[in-house]
Amino acid sequence: MRKVGVIGAGLTLFRRRMLETPQELAYIAASRALDEAGLELKDIDCVVIGSAPDAFDGVHMKGEYLAKAGGEKKMVSRVYVGGATGVMTAISAWYHVASGLCEKVLAIAEEKMSPARPHPQSVFKYIWDPITEKPLNPNLIWIFAMEMHRYMAKYGIRKEEIALVSVKNKRNAMNNPYAQLPGNITVDDVLKSEVLVWPVQLLDVSPTSDGAAAMVVATEDVVRRYTDTPVWIEGVGWTLDNTSWPGRELAYPRYLENAARMAYKMAKIERPYKEIDVVEPYDPFDYKELHHLEGLMIAKKGEAPTLLKEGVFDIDGDIPSSPSGGLLGVGNPIAAAGLMKTISIYWQLKGIAGKMQVKKPVHTGVAQAWGDLMQASTVIVMRN
Amino acid sequence: MENPLKEEELKDHITISYKPFAKYEYSAGQAISKYLEGLKEGKIIGRKCNKCGRVYVPPKMYCEDCFRPTDEWVEVKDEGIVETAVASFISWTREKIEEPEIVGTIRLFPSKENDYVFPGVFHRICCSYEEVKNMSIIGKRVKAVWKSQRKGDVNDIECFKVI
Repeated sequence: MRKVGVIGAGLTLFRRRMLETPQELAYIAASRALDEAGLELKDIDCVVIGSAPDAFDGVHMKGEYLAKAGGEKKMVSRVYVGGATGVMTAISAWYHVASGLCEKVLAIAEEKMSPARPHPQSVFKYIWDPITEKPLNPNLIWIFAMEMHRYMAKYGIRKEEIALVSVKNKRNAMNNPYAQLPGNITVDDVLKSEVLVWPVQLLDVSPTSDGAAAMVVATEDVVRRYTDTPVWIEGVGWTLDNTSWPGRELAYPRYLENAARMAYKMAKIERPYKEIDVVEPYDPFDYKELHHLEGLMIAKKGEAPTLLKEGVFDIDGDIPSSPSGGLLGVGNPIAAAGLMKTISIYWQLKGIAGKMQVKKPVHTGVAQAWGDLMQASTVIVMRN
Repeated sequence: MENPLKEEELKDHITISYKPFAKYEYSAGQAISKYLEGLKEGKIIGRKCNKCGRVYVPPKMYCEDCFRPTDEWVEVKDEGIVETAVASFISWTREKIEEPEIVGTIRLFPSKENDYVFPGVFHRICCSYEEVKNMSIIGKRVKAVWKSQRKGDVNDIECFKVI
């Protein structure tokens, strides 16, 4: 396998109700990524597009639709693993280069969730089993609430402890110029917010967002030619569990442990809690960051809340977690959000994260995303 | 360069409404058809893999773990343990609703507490919001409340109720 590095990245603002069309958002992010890389579109060999369900943008075949953002007359492929898509887009760009197929790859992820009516929630109805689940009229928050309550019940975790994730991430987002929902909130604010599906309340959840993200990935030769501060992709992992989530222990994300083990093996990480300097776990809900820190084996089962309380995951802590502000603070245009997390780690390792830059020196970073029906997980390990 | 709009500013721009017109007719397949027929008779039917012993509810024609056909139909109990329960104050379109809908997952018998996978169903649970909120419902033994008129649908079970 060839060594693969990252040389540029770009984001749009993450906001609700953007005037820009999905294609325009993808174009803006792609242009910014190419600018940071110092490349022009004509230098790019292959394009990878990531987007979650087509239904958000109201078109079918969104890969082809978004190819206008730089893919025309090029090798284009689209990846889709639900919420795990954003990190999968970066992983797919990696294997295009690692395999020897391409020299320079542009990875683009986009989601525009505002147009869905009456609410993007309605679109999620179509991910449930049409015969055994949909007749109960579920909404997506139900599964998260079920998983969160199972996690709380199994390990005796209180809502106050989980709310600290939302407090931390929205505070970190104050440093992020792209963020949609930064803020100094308290645990009390979370606990007093509207109850959606108990135990999930409004401030436990990431917002509805539009946005795009893009990243340029290249071979070792290209990376060394274009930058003196290279960042390498050293481990990737992705796995899919079955859809039989009602027949599975929901307190622990097995799907993630499998993906993490694959990525760590490739990156030669043996003790994740000691070797990882900074992490961006997927946090569409606050408990999900804790759940994922355990699946990533950075915390033991049921112990992530204790480490959080001790400040281990703060921006100046031992293992800063979601220094970007995460989905809770930056926003959640689904596929773009996962790539945003990958880009956040790249910027941290390159030392150009600005006000988001964590206090301690960092050499190994991990980004992770999760999606589909409690099934898919994608993990990427990067080093400088 | 990007322009986020406020709700009222949306009116300053031309917007188009579109309602997709698509309908589906699903085939339930061999396993789920048998499951639905079972529900009509007031039974919960699963499918067992004799190699690993795993019982699939809802049933599956092949074992995902062993990657071989499952061997036999089994009837499991309509009783089990509440693994998790939640109370929804929003509809599937995110409208607010006054009386919460209570749903969760149930680990059906035969199964053991420490099983990672088990015959399990997602359904309504008949209990109060208070019991969800104080978590006392989680871990309770429940039994299916069957409707008297059944038509082979997951809604043939009204809900699962504490026994």
